[in-house]
Amino acid sequence: MATSTEIQAAERSFQHHFASMEQQRDTATFGMWMFLLTEIMFFGGLFCSYLVYRHTYYTAFVEGSQKMNIILGAINTAVLICSSLSMAMGVRAAQMGKPKLMVILLLITILFGFGFLGIKAVEYHEHWTNHEFPGPNFHFETGDPAHPPTDPTHTEIYFGLYWAMTGLHALHMVIGIGLVTWLVLAGMRGAYSPIYYSPVENVGLYWHFVDLVWIYLFPLLYLISHKHAG
Amino acid sequence: MATAVQPVVERETYLNSDYGLKSWLLTKDHKRIALLYLMSITAMFWLGGFFAMLIRLELLTPAGDLVSSDTYNKLFTMHGITMVFFFLIPSVPAVIGNFVIPLMIGAKDLAFPRLNLLSWYLYMIGACMALYGFLFGGIDTGWTFYTPFSTSYSNTHVVTVAVGIFVVGFSSIFTGLNFIVTIHRMRAPGLTWSRLPLFCWSNYAASLIMVLGTPVIAITLLLVAFERLFHIGVFNPALGGDPLLFQHLFWFYSHPAVYIMILPGMGVISEVITCYSRKRAFGYEFVALASIAIAVLGFLVWAHHMFVAGISMYSALVFSLLTYFVAIPSAVKVFNWTATMYKGSVRYDTPMLYAWGFIGLFTLGGLTGVFLASIGVDVHVTDTYFVVAHFHYVMVGGMVLAYLAGLHFWWPKITGKMYPEPPAKLSALLVFVGFNLTFFPQFILGYMGMPRRYHAYPPEFQVLNVLSTAGASVLAVGYVLPMIYFLWSLRYGKDAGPNPWHAVGLEWMTPSPPPTHNFDETPVVTWEAYDYEHQPQEEITVGH
Repeated sequence: MATSTEIQAAERSFQHHFASMEQQRDTATFGMWMFLLTEIMFFGGLFCSYLVYRHTYYTAFVEGSQKMNIILGAINTAVLICSSLSMAMGVRAAQMGKPKLMVILLLITILFGFGFLGIKAVEYHEHWTNHEFPGPNFHFETGDPAHPPTDPTHTEIYFGLYWAMTGLHALHMVIGIGLVTWLVLAGMRGAYSPIYYSPVENVGLYWHFVDLVWIYLFPLLYLISHKHAG
Repeated sequence: MATAVQPVVERETYLNSDYGLKSWLLTKDHKRIALLYLMSITAMFWLGGFFAMLIRLELLTPAGDLVSSDTYNKLFTMHGITMVFFFLIPSVPAVIGNFVIPLMIGAKDLAFPRLNLLSWYLYMIGACMALYGFLFGGIDTGWTFYTPFSTSYSNTHVVTVAVGIFVVGFSSIFTGLNFIVTIHRMRAPGLTWSRLPLFCWSNYAASLIMVLGTPVIAITLLLVAFERLFHIGVFNPALGGDPLLFQHLFWFYSHPAVYIMILPGMGVISEVITCYSRKRAFGYEFVALASIAIAVLGFLVWAHHMFVAGISMYSALVFSLLTYFVAIPSAVKVFNWTATMYKGSVRYDTPMLYAWGFIGLFTLGGLTGVFLASIGVDVHVTDTYFVVAHFHYVMVGGMVLAYLAGLHFWWPKITGKMYPEPPAKLSALLVFVGFNLTFFPQFILGYMGMPRRYHAYPPEFQVLNVLSTAGASVLAVGYVLPMIYFLWSLRYGKDAGPNPWHAVGLEWMTPSPPPTHNFDETPVVTWEAYDYEHQPQEEITVGH
């Protein structure tokens, strides 16, 4: 069923320290899962800090998260979920032996990725112009003269975490876009086929992971502290 | 015509298959990458040793006369950072593990050869950043980077060095990831988990810590850098940030990291003891699972570094109890090694001498760890030389001796040459004597109350400090000797042959040095690990 060019392309990508193509594929996927485990621990340090300070400075976190643009955040969440769908369909297309469809779907994924970063940049710009960036120029007002901020320095920690968490997430998005671009270029050369598509599958895993991080970041930073409990 | 002299065709090995700088810098061969690591970490070891020498020279006299207190702060910081992050963590895994693990499991290479090369480059980038920081001003935070000093007050190269450690952390993550995947997926047919050499088990356990722990120190040091660059406030008490949170995150990695630094060494000892006792490892399953138990328990004890830092009494109690538990798998190993030697045909070759040194010193270091786990004693000796001595008994007396044991044991496999036995035995003796002379007085000093990290001390401590400095000089000679005779053996050493120790294990079933693809035919394993009972008891003649 596999065409001779597909077999040739797969043979070029076979590394000789493996006994078989299946072993190579299993190994690569296992490696990717291990890498994602390290990524969970990496973001885990940030989530841990977030939990500690949200517990300690609850009111400051409420005031800080009221400055979040929930509409843009929600749109971005939708954009990322759509990008994961096109990514998953792209992996399926590679598996089914439809390289052209795969390239189109991956290009759509890249487009969604840039869409996310663009919207995020608008949000960042908003915070920047409002001096909601930690450092000497940090300035914070609740916008309600009847309720001045409880302690602006604690809100600064909230924004410090906000920038660190979303910033590192955005960096992962940039890396992800780079990886998908690499897949597109290799896909146009006909590197992937039903016999050999593990790079597509593994970049897909990475993409879904980065998506998943945002699925946690959005409620933690935007939603759950938005209104005072009670 | 049949008696015509055969032209000598040199057998192709991983060393002569290709020549030139490019063939080394772009190699994907795990054996060549191991040698790249060997050269880099040896350089870092001497750098760290140089800092240690200056520290010991300063402490020769009670007055702070050789260096200023600021310089002294930088010296112990740079000594710690160099030795911990750039020597001990990569030592056995990245050099010996890299070389030996694929051979031991009958694989042609690690699962991800390119990732392996990348991890060496990351190591070099991290090392260069740290060296830049050291050379152009140094760093004075201690290797622990405690906040808020490191984030708000220190005027040294904290960001450069922290980012260097961040980068080298990824080198360690990728090595660990590579080992785990390799041991899972690349074992030769018949090599089941219960037949796996104990060296692979202990490196597997250490790799689990590298993969799960290192990302946490990475994000922690990144937050320290963000704090200095952007003032995000997370660890800054002036903004309400909590320095204790830093300590929790730091030790969440850095306590398990001491098991990264000891577990692979324990694996070396298991190989050496079985080979020179010519017996199956006593309690193989227990030794193997003790490695995993140490890795798991190691993640649950971090706050014993913070007993005096102001954590709650109840959490201190729990962490103290959990710390005692670590002693159990460690003791399982020590008892099983000694039981392996019981009624074995014990030989006194250099690796075995180092292994005995390891068992003695690790036991002493481990038991003083139990002292420190009990809160009452810990409060008394916190931040004294008792802690310094304990740590060095485990790290130098343990890991460095195990590393030297491993280097001697596998040197014939790595180079195809025998090292000369008499100077090697002398160096093993010098290291053991020098080490004890250096660090045993520090237990007493710490018990008497001499605090660490000061460049001056009351005159009544001088005798013990002079002993310690004298011991350090002996230790230095013990370290220089192997450098000389290892290099000498490259040219003048006897040919080792495939298996000079008559050891079992797949790595000894291929020629020394091995060919690039390790095995001409993938081996099929039908025997247990350390099957010395069924090995012919041949007299070992090489190396005497």
